[in-house]
Amino acid sequence: MIILGLVAMISTVSPVFGSSGGKLENSGVNFRDTAAIQRGAKWFVNYCFSCHSASYMRYNRLAEDLSIDEDIVLRDLAFADVNIGDTMDIAMRPGDSEAWLGKIPPDLSVISRSRGNDWLFTYMKSFYQDESGGWNNLVLPNASMPHVFWQLQGIQEPVWSSHGEERVIEHLELTSPGLQSPQQYEQTVRDLVTFLDYLGEPSKLKRKNIGIWVLLFLVLFTLVAYALKVEYWRDVH
Amino acid sequence: MAKPASTLARRADELMNWIDKRLPVTAFWNATMTGYYAPKNFNFWYYMGSLALLVLVMQILTGIFLTMHYKPSAAEAFASVEYIMRDVDWGWLIRYMHSTGASFFFILVYMHMFRSLLYGSHRKPRELLWVFGMLIYLALMAEAFMGYVLPWGQMSYWGAQVIINLFGAIPSIGEPLTEWIRGDYFISDATLNRFFALHVIAIPLALLALVLLHLVALRENGSNNPDGIEIKANKNENGLPKDGIPFHPYYTVKDIFGVGMFLLLFAFVLFFWPEVGGIFLERDNFIPATPLVTPEHIVPVWYFTPYYAILKAVPDKLMGVILMGASVMILFFLPWLDRSPVKSIRYKGAWYKVMLALFTFAFIRLGMLGMAEGTPSQTIEMRVWTFVYFSFFILLFFLSPKGKTKPVPDRVTH
Repeated sequence: MIILGLVAMISTVSPVFGSSGGKLENSGVNFRDTAAIQRGAKWFVNYCFSCHSASYMRYNRLAEDLSIDEDIVLRDLAFADVNIGDTMDIAMRPGDSEAWLGKIPPDLSVISRSRGNDWLFTYMKSFYQDESGGWNNLVLPNASMPHVFWQLQGIQEPVWSSHGEERVIEHLELTSPGLQSPQQYEQTVRDLVTFLDYLGEPSKLKRKNIGIWVLLFLVLFTLVAYALKVEYWRDVH
Repeated sequence: MAKPASTLARRADELMNWIDKRLPVTAFWNATMTGYYAPKNFNFWYYMGSLALLVLVMQILTGIFLTMHYKPSAAEAFASVEYIMRDVDWGWLIRYMHSTGASFFFILVYMHMFRSLLYGSHRKPRELLWVFGMLIYLALMAEAFMGYVLPWGQMSYWGAQVIINLFGAIPSIGEPLTEWIRGDYFISDATLNRFFALHVIAIPLALLALVLLHLVALRENGSNNPDGIEIKANKNENGLPKDGIPFHPYYTVKDIFGVGMFLLLFAFVLFFWPEVGGIFLERDNFIPATPLVTPEHIVPVWYFTPYYAILKAVPDKLMGVILMGASVMILFFLPWLDRSPVKSIRYKGAWYKVMLALFTFAFIRLGMLGMAEGTPSQTIEMRVWTFVYFSFFILLFFLSPKGKTKPVPDRVTH
């Protein structure tokens, strides 16, 4: 009954998550895919990490969880002059970033937990060039973030349709191809989101792996407890 | 004839004797466990009390470890929770036990209270038992509310903002009262710090004292049972209730089985679904608190949403606050509102079954609507179910003395 109630509650509240425009695509993230997390880490460091920090994450945790040598992490994934035990902070000061970008780019440590993987996946695929020539986004209209992957994806432009008075964007069209094919780009975004998903909760894999053993133990415990109960209650009539 | 006891057993007896002459441990154990007779026909609903006690202990133990790493300051709180989740050994497990435990505490308490509505456990002579239970429920709500502020996410901040502002609706003293609660003109470091103090020591102490009183009151009259009859009315030649069995070992072993079943469900959620799709851990609470950005959609955690829906159903703020307060307070009077000659739903007529079903549905539906965005049609629905919610108590008072009943058996049934 409680489970039914919970399921019913989720179905009532879930539309809230996609409240900012459009339907979200399924990210297809597999949190066990370490190779995807590694590739995503590379995209993250090369494209996101100059403006966005991941201040709750330590480099040595990254090395340990992703089975990458600490030296390689320091050489390829970290800024110069950091120690392996440091957190993934950025050099840009908040005051500067606000002056340059209009908004302090949020720390991305737990962005996957507040936005959700599907939102991030769709967001990174929904940048387009609007009439002013600037970047805009279908999922987060008037986002201050530019399309950092534009060279990979290419340029998308909106296809409009009119609903009575109102003009709405029907879909986005790739008008100028990028370095990657749409399939390749989708994989790139999926890898990045897989990394962000890992970043949001580095213990997730361990949690689920241990969980199975805990449940198995509890099944055994409950069976023994049940047998004990039956044995004691034999003389209750 | 029994074999002579071994030296070790004799030594143990001597030690127990020594202690008993100084502290009545054995007498206490006999009075409250082995010599305490409970009805033999308890069903599923009778597991909730012992499980709630288990969760209380778990919350206190995990809470102790969390306070070793948590920083009650606006500048550090959010980061310290992430520190616990990442850098503290097994910190994620302790934190999830605590956050999942909070929600399960309410699930158990709601089911425990529902049991009373089913079998009339709050009826004479157990009115005070119910009142202490209600006080536990109030303390638990305060505990949960303040605990939810501590991670210092956006929902912590804005949820607290909304709830504390409710006090502002009280004429003349409202505004100064909210300032007094916050310790500042807005929710700030001062608020967080005092909520931490209340959450980790003040309210837990009150909770423990109330739980003790709840148990003392329970032992005085003994448990009710699904038939709603007094087992003490039928005693054997030794003066023991014919339908009673010693709490220990019968119900202790049965409750251990209950613990196993409960932990299976608990562990499943904890290890595989700790956010429960944004219900146990809200998504917006993974954004650090900021007074500058108001979330689109402020909702309290699920266990408060039925009352939140009642608040939102009323257009006037003060009236809404009054009605919301009344919706909780009216529960205190249940033992006196139900005037039926029988206690258990088993011997009440269809009138009660229909009323209880509607009331239960209203409560769950209000909980769902309290989480929703609040469209005009949802507001109308909230009003309907608020009406149903209160009608239950009013109808109960007037219908219960006359409502049809079935003959009650002398002895418990299975």
